[in-house]
Amino acid sequence: MSVVIAGAGMHPWGKWGRNFVEYGVHAARAALADAGVAWGDVDLVVGGETVRNGYAGYVAGSTFAQALGWNGARIATSYAACATGAQAIDTARARILAGLSEVALVVGADTTPKGFLAPNAGERWSDPDWLRFRLLGMTNPAYFALYARRRMDLYGATSEDFAQVKVKNARHGLANPNARFRKEVDVAEVLASPVVSDPLHLLDICATSDGAAAVVLTSAEYARRHGIATPVTVAAVSTVTPTFPNTVIDMPLLATDSTAATGAPERTFKEAIGAAAYDEAGVDPSDVDVAEVYDLSTALELDWIEDLGLCKPGEAEALLRAGDTAIGGRIPVNPSGGLACFGEAVPAQAIAQVCELTWQLQGRVDGRQVEGARVGITANQGLFGHGSSVLLTR
Amino acid sequence: MTAPSQTVTPVVEGWFTTGEEPRLLASRCTRCRNVVFPPVSAEAGAASFFCRNPACDGVECEAVELSRRGTVWSYTDAQYQPPAPYVPMSDPFVPFALAAVELPEGLVVLGQVAAGYGVADLRVGAEVELVVETLNVDETGERTIYRWKPVAA
Repeated sequence: MSVVIAGAGMHPWGKWGRNFVEYGVHAARAALADAGVAWGDVDLVVGGETVRNGYAGYVAGSTFAQALGWNGARIATSYAACATGAQAIDTARARILAGLSEVALVVGADTTPKGFLAPNAGERWSDPDWLRFRLLGMTNPAYFALYARRRMDLYGATSEDFAQVKVKNARHGLANPNARFRKEVDVAEVLASPVVSDPLHLLDICATSDGAAAVVLTSAEYARRHGIATPVTVAAVSTVTPTFPNTVIDMPLLATDSTAATGAPERTFKEAIGAAAYDEAGVDPSDVDVAEVYDLSTALELDWIEDLGLCKPGEAEALLRAGDTAIGGRIPVNPSGGLACFGEAVPAQAIAQVCELTWQLQGRVDGRQVEGARVGITANQGLFGHGSSVLLTR
Repeated sequence: MTAPSQTVTPVVEGWFTTGEEPRLLASRCTRCRNVVFPPVSAEAGAASFFCRNPACDGVECEAVELSRRGTVWSYTDAQYQPPAPYVPMSDPFVPFALAAVELPEGLVVLGQVAAGYGVADLRVGAEVELVVETLNVDETGERTIYRWKPVAA
């Protein structure tokens, strides 16, 4: 028994000024058309929740189901911050594996305000996401900058290395019709952009965007019966939480757990996210042909490459400098262009990563194909301990 | 500017002591002695405590002081004004630095860096100590916050 991705679709990302439902329905229809599956065949809809769109956002599953025309499908809505999309896929996959569903549509869509992401309004003195702004002025980029600075002081990473990640991803995204930013950038431009949180420049940090992504998941049996030509298998979905003690400072928290009572853990949270995916899929990091990772900052992409075991800690800069993470290299990372080219649309992004890998593994990508890719992994992480990694094979 | 008669209060109660040698306050499990920062709120009461060490089923904690000195895990700054509920000290906004500091109790605590210090004064592994400074001034008077101050080598 396995679950496959029969089709994938997106709404182009950008600042379009329209309602998130419109984006989601566009992506859903594109995914259904890509799969050649009729909406009437869908027996489960899972929506990725957005918290910035009022009532309808909180009930994303039914919002999309209604907009597509009620068809009597089962319904679910998922929220896991940046990991929302992976958790939505996990829900759909689990129901299919349990024999409770044959054809599931997973949709994530959002509109995101310009500038820093901020916590919900109101005075909430017991909410860590509110407190980090109120007490410390600790924005998302400030967390990314802590990780970036640590790479510099520990591993000798440079601002030029970080800029090279942006240069690579910008080049990857040039041919991607769904990417918002399609323009070459050079190292000098990144370094000339204003510093937001030292050492990260504006062009080291991903923008916010409107965007949507959707996938159609089916049982392998359904895919066979309906002649779906190149289904991609969902070999694993990792949604793990951290293991105590969580020792790397994690957004939006103000402190880590203490190691005093138990000693340091065997692996960090981010390492555990990938490890759980590899374990479930029975795949080794050396088998991976292509990865889509959460480049919320350029430096964070380097962290993820190591956390996914694609190289040893402290070696990601060497991999980058050798061109190994570019298309044509040993292990291309973010062939879609990543968040550097898309920007962040929270409930859609983890699904968008899966869309890209689906097309990569089907060998259907124009202008940015990773030749012969058969194993792909995504990585991302949601606020408050939500792991996210999806491993696809064909 | 702050009138001398104005009250000076920590912006959040029960997180740190004040005075010459301020310290952070943590909740310590009476069973496994795991420490947690920020501490369990005094309002919630000790009875609301559940030890976060999954191998421990402790439900009682005590308030303990953490070490005043630690080493920098990493650091950065805010060169743009953070969004609300951050309350800027001044208009126009003046950038400030932030540090994640590893304490001998085995945890890393985020904080702002003391006024007058920036990223150039910091290094991963460098020693810092806790100070208490003004975060902002509101209708209740001066609100204070703990901060990390580089210790001269």
